[in-house]
Amino acid sequence: MGNYPDDIRYTKDHEWARKAGGVVVVGVTFHAQEALGDVVYVELPKLGAPVTAGKPFGVIESTKAVSELFAPVSGKIVKVNDELSGSPQAVNQDPYGKGWLVEVEPADAGAYDGLLDAQAYEKLVQDAS
Amino acid sequence: MARRTPLYDAHRKLGAKMVEFAGWDMPVQYSSLISEHEAVRTAAGMFDVSHMGEVEFTGAGALEAANRLITNDLARIADGQAAYAGLLNDRGGFVDDVVAYRFSPERIFICINASNRDKDFQWMKARAQGVAPVHRSDDFAQLAVQGPKAPGIIQKLTMVDLSKIGTYRFTEGEVASIRCIISRTGYTGEDGFELYTAPESAEKLWFALLEAGDKDGLKPAGLGARDSLRTEMKYALYGNDIDDDHTPLEAGLGWIVKMDKAEFVGKPALEKQKAEGVPRKLVGFELTDAGVPRHGYPILQDGQKVGEVTSGTMGPSVKKPIGIGYVPPALAAEGSTFQVEIRGRPAGARVVKTPFYKRA
Repeated sequence: MGNYPDDIRYTKDHEWARKAGGVVVVGVTFHAQEALGDVVYVELPKLGAPVTAGKPFGVIESTKAVSELFAPVSGKIVKVNDELSGSPQAVNQDPYGKGWLVEVEPADAGAYDGLLDAQAYEKLVQDAS
Repeated sequence: MARRTPLYDAHRKLGAKMVEFAGWDMPVQYSSLISEHEAVRTAAGMFDVSHMGEVEFTGAGALEAANRLITNDLARIADGQAAYAGLLNDRGGFVDDVVAYRFSPERIFICINASNRDKDFQWMKARAQGVAPVHRSDDFAQLAVQGPKAPGIIQKLTMVDLSKIGTYRFTEGEVASIRCIISRTGYTGEDGFELYTAPESAEKLWFALLEAGDKDGLKPAGLGARDSLRTEMKYALYGNDIDDDHTPLEAGLGWIVKMDKAEFVGKPALEKQKAEGVPRKLVGFELTDAGVPRHGYPILQDGQKVGEVTSGTMGPSVKKPIGIGYVPPALAAEGSTFQVEIRGRPAGARVVKTPFYKRA
């Protein structure tokens, strides 16, 4: 996968969302993990916890710093990547695959389509650099 | 505008991620913090520390003048020996932590923190008696080569027998035909050297060392790894663990204070504190719950804030969350437990022996 897979969506907070059946899988982008550096700890919500689009739902930490995670869509947490507590480096090594963070059951099925596509996100990243 | 060291172009060439630190554009990492940290522990890493400052006292009375300003005793070390020391204010708090080099009783060279370059010099100028200090920060670049392979790598480029230079000893000589102060000191807990050289020679020296160390796995290392390495050793970082309001006795640095020295700035305040007892102690701890302690996080006992975390990280070598912080003396003993408040939630912690990392 390249740095901006085009079959998923993105947010200005450098997170990605992927529709998979009735859920939305969420992670942080290649750009995000590169800016963070080596990820050493991820704090994720409990199963069933509500999340609100644009609001923080967890924290991702590198050796040096703490960053908030922002929900791409509103809904409920239905799955959490437990592998990350033992292998947080998966976020750096495979941000779009093994580094996934949570699965959300979206409150609004249409919200996903309102997120940035790969082209728009890539432009956002390049404009900021 | 941030200042640049003589190695700025080298860092950009090597693809470093740059960050502003104490008014300087410095490399925070070149590849990854963890891989640079591990290189220092298992092979060697090289740091640009040219942003650090240097102050010199020369001439008759240089040793006595410098000695009145620092906590350690230059009269008790030999020519060619260095000492870690405090520069204190009249309340006994740290103006800075420094390394003082005794070339001879007529030449004392003091390395000061980048963040305190001007502050320290102005303070020394105001308080020095007999000999005026000279600010020499712009005359020196500094490279630190640290790790078990570091001495062997530098030895390839010098006729100086490095095996004759013990810890905290130094000499002057040529490395890669470049004149340097060669000092067996460092801030990582590993063997290694710090090389002080003229700014115009720094880039040549940097690339000569990278080439000489290539087969041994020498990696350029940034401020990120520098911080995780020193945290694992519980070495104090000025501004985090020590500052104007904390004394060496509180910070566990009584060993750099020679109370039997006739005088030094801050001595009366420390004598008073020794007699009355310290109100807090700097300890090293591990978390027993998930999370990472960070500077500023409250330390709690029975739900009350009793102290504060001054430094913390997930240690790349120890592979656990470690922290340094001030606690009441009653909580300073090894095995004491308290909580660290992380985003409103208490995480269990336990005081442990330091350094956190021990060489294999």
